[in-house]
Amino acid sequence: MGNIGAKEVPVLLSPEGLRIDGRKLDELRPIEIRAGVLRQADGSAFVEWGQNKVMAAVYGPREVHPRHLQQNNKAVIQCRYNMAAFSVDERKRPGLDRRSQEISKVIAEAFESVVFAEEFPRTSIDVYIEVLQANAGTRCAGLVAASVALADAGIPMVDLLPAVAVGKVAGAIALDLKKEEDNFGEADLPMALVPQSGRLVLLQMEGHMTEEELSRSLDLGVAGCRVIYEKMKAALRERYSVEPVATEAA
Amino acid sequence: MTEEVTTEILQTHILDLAADGKRLDGRAPDEYRALSLEPGYVVTADGSALVRLGETMVLAGVKLEPGKPFADTPNAGVLTTNAELIPLSSPTFEPGPPQPGAIEVSRVVDRAIRAAETIDLAGLCITPAEKCWTCYVDIHVLAHAGNLIDAALLAAATALSHATVPAKRFGIAEADYPLKVHHLPIECTFVRLGDTIVVDPTFDEERASQGRLTIATDEAGRVVAMQKGLIGAFSPDDVRSLVRRAFVHGDRLRASVRGGGA
Amino acid sequence: MPRGHRPGHRTGGGEAHPSPSARERVLVLPGEELEARGLKPGPGTYRVGGKVYASILGLYLPRPPLVQVVPLSGRYIPKPGDTVVGTVTDVQNTFWLLDIGAPRWAPLHMTGAPWKVDVGETERFLRVGDAVVVRVENLDATGRIGVTMQGEGLGKLEAGTIVRITPARVPRLVGRGGSMIQTIRQRTGAEIAIGQNGRIWVGGTEEAVRRVSEVLRMIGESGQRPGLTERVARYLVATTPTAHEAAEGEGEGESPRQGPAETNGEDGDEGDEAPGPENGKSEEERTSWET
Repeated sequence: MGNIGAKEVPVLLSPEGLRIDGRKLDELRPIEIRAGVLRQADGSAFVEWGQNKVMAAVYGPREVHPRHLQQNNKAVIQCRYNMAAFSVDERKRPGLDRRSQEISKVIAEAFESVVFAEEFPRTSIDVYIEVLQANAGTRCAGLVAASVALADAGIPMVDLLPAVAVGKVAGAIALDLKKEEDNFGEADLPMALVPQSGRLVLLQMEGHMTEEELSRSLDLGVAGCRVIYEKMKAALRERYSVEPVATEAA
Repeated sequence: MTEEVTTEILQTHILDLAADGKRLDGRAPDEYRALSLEPGYVVTADGSALVRLGETMVLAGVKLEPGKPFADTPNAGVLTTNAELIPLSSPTFEPGPPQPGAIEVSRVVDRAIRAAETIDLAGLCITPAEKCWTCYVDIHVLAHAGNLIDAALLAAATALSHATVPAKRFGIAEADYPLKVHHLPIECTFVRLGDTIVVDPTFDEERASQGRLTIATDEAGRVVAMQKGLIGAFSPDDVRSLVRRAFVHGDRLRASVRGGGA
Repeated sequence: MPRGHRPGHRTGGGEAHPSPSARERVLVLPGEELEARGLKPGPGTYRVGGKVYASILGLYLPRPPLVQVVPLSGRYIPKPGDTVVGTVTDVQNTFWLLDIGAPRWAPLHMTGAPWKVDVGETERFLRVGDAVVVRVENLDATGRIGVTMQGEGLGKLEAGTIVRITPARVPRLVGRGGSMIQTIRQRTGAEIAIGQNGRIWVGGTEEAVRRVSEVLRMIGESGQRPGLTERVARYLVATTPTAHEAAEGEGEGESPRQGPAETNGEDGDEGDEAPGPENGKSEEERTSWET
C-alpha cells in the first residue's frame, strides 16, 4: 500500500476496537448526497463522504465524439474520472494519469453492466467525475455520485450503483477506509453492488487477506452498499418530490 | 465544440434588448450577477475558494511546495497558474489537451496576479539560488455560464488571501504562517452588444457579442492587465470609459474578497 | 438484458405522453420493484424472473395492459407526430442536421423543406444557428430521426426567442385541456409555439417575452410540488401592466399556434395541498448547490 512520506504508523485500532476516527469496524463515514446540482448537464450530483468532495455530471445520450467510437447497436458509455490538482496533500499534476485512466475504465464498465445502452444506438453517454477533495475511497464516492447523476439524467438502468471500500486495518476487517487506514492498512477492496440482483459490477483489491477475511469483507461491503443505496434514493426523492428551489437554497 | 449552437434568433433578441439598455436576465448593462465566495472550501489545499457568479461556478486551490528558483530570479519564489476547463463544466467542452480557451484564462489571471504583485515573490525565497516556495494556483471551472476570467481571478484572489504557507509540514520553519497578500487585482470583463457595452456577460451574451474586453485593476489605482478577446473592436474612448467602470466594480468586488464573503 | 421497451415504441404515434393524475403521483427510482399484478412491462420498466422493476426515475403509472414509468427528466425522446423546435448545427449538400435536444441530431432532407432546394444549395435556405419548427415523421431501429418541415405551423423562425424547459415538463406547460398555456397567452399577449422537445418559441413585445420566460422558468423548476397553477396565475396577475398596456399587448399577438399536444396536457393541481410561500427566489438561491 502507498505510504510515501510516512514517518510512523499511527495507531489504527484502539484496544476497545475503535478506529483512528472513533468509528466501529462496520461503521461508515458520514455521507451527504445531492442530486441535480449543475444546471448545464443532463444529470448531476454532489457527494460529500467523510472528507471526500466529489462532483459528477452526465451528458447524453448525445452524438458520439470522436465519431469512430460510435457503436451501431448501443450507446457507448465514456467515463472520465479526474482529480483536481489541489484535491490531495501532494499537488497532483493536472490531467489524467495512469491511475485515473484505470479507474475511469472500471467505472465505465460497471455502468455498462447496468445501463440499458441498447435503447440509444450510435450515441454516447458521457460520465464526468471530478474529485475536488480526496480522503480515500474517491472511486466509490465518484461512482455513487455518477450513478445518482445518471438517474437524474433519466438514463434507463437496472438499478442505482452503491459502492464502498472494505479493507484490512491492524489485522481487522473494516468498512469504508479513510486516508490513514488506506495508507497504512494491509488491504483495500472497493466494490459496487447492483442491489436488485445482489451482484457486484466493480471489484478491485490491493494488498493481501486470507480467504476467510475476503469472504467476510464481501459481506461487510454488501451491507455497507445497502446503507449507501438508501441515501442515494433519498437524495433523488428530495430532488424530485419537492421544489428544488427550497431544497437547494443555502 | 460538440454542440450547443446558440440560435441566431436568440442572439438577435439579446442584441435588440441591448439596444434598449436591457438584458435577457433583467440586469442593467453595468450590473454584475450575484456573487458568492466560499473560502477554505477544500481542506487538502493550502488555500482555496469556491466562487459562484450567477450560474458560473469556479473552484480555485493554492498549493505551496519547496522547489528550485529560476536561474534568472534566484531570490524569488515561483508562481504557476493553471486553469482547467473540464468537460463536466459545459456541454461544449470535450476531454483532451488544454484548449486555447483554458490557456487564455490561465494566462490572463496569471498576468493580473503578477503585475499587481499580489504575493510577495521575494518573500517566498528560502535559500537564494537553491530553494524557494513554488506557489501553484489551480483553477477548476465547474460550471461555465459565461465570464470565466472574472470568476477565475475572484476565486484565485480569494484563495490566495486565505492561504497558509505549510512551512512546518515541509520542515522549513517551526510553524505554518499566512501567505502575505499585498495588492488584490480584480478583473472586470465587458462585451459589446451593438452600441451597448455590458459587464459580466453570460454565456449567450458572449456568443452574441462583437468583442470582449477584460480590464484588471488593483487598489493602488493601477491597471494591471488587459485582454481583448473574441471577434470585434473597441475604440480608445470605449477603453477609457471601460477602465473607469472597471475601477468602480473593482473596488466593490475587492471589498467582497477582503471580507471573505459575498 | 431484459427490457420493456425501445425508443420510439413508448406510446402510439400522435398521442401525448399519458399523465398520471395528481392522486397517482408516486415517484419511483431505477431498480424499484413495481406493483404489476397481471400487467405487462411497459416503457420505463423491465422484467426479471416474473417481477417488474422501474428502469428510470419517474412516476409509476399502471394503465392496463401495461405498467409504465413516466419520465421526469432526461433528453427528449422523439415520437412520430411531435412538433419540435430545433437548431441547425450542420449543413451538407442534400440535408441539414438539427439539434432537437434528442440523443441524436436529426437530418432534415432537402426534400422535406418547404422550398424547392437543389443539391448543394442547402446553405442558401438554412444556415448553422437558424431555428426551425419541424415535425418528427419516423424513427428507425438505429435511432435515426426523420423530420419534415412541410406542414402547417412548420418552418424557419425569424424573430422572437427560444426558452428551454425539461421535455418532461411540457404537459405541465400545456395544462389540462390547454388551460395553462391559454392563461399564459391571454395574460401576456405573447405568441408561443411549444416544441414537444421542451424548446419553447416566444414572440411578442420585450415585456411579454420576459414574463413568459419567467413563467417557463417557474414551470421548469417546480418539480412535483403542487400549487403550480396558482403560482403562475399569481405571478401573471402581479406583473400585468396597466389596463391600457395590457390591451395593447394582447392586440399585438397573432392568432396563437396550436401544437398537436396542446389539448392533451397534464392535470392541474386540484385536490393537492396549498401552494408554498417561496415565489420569486433570487438568482443566487436558485444556483446554489452547496450549503
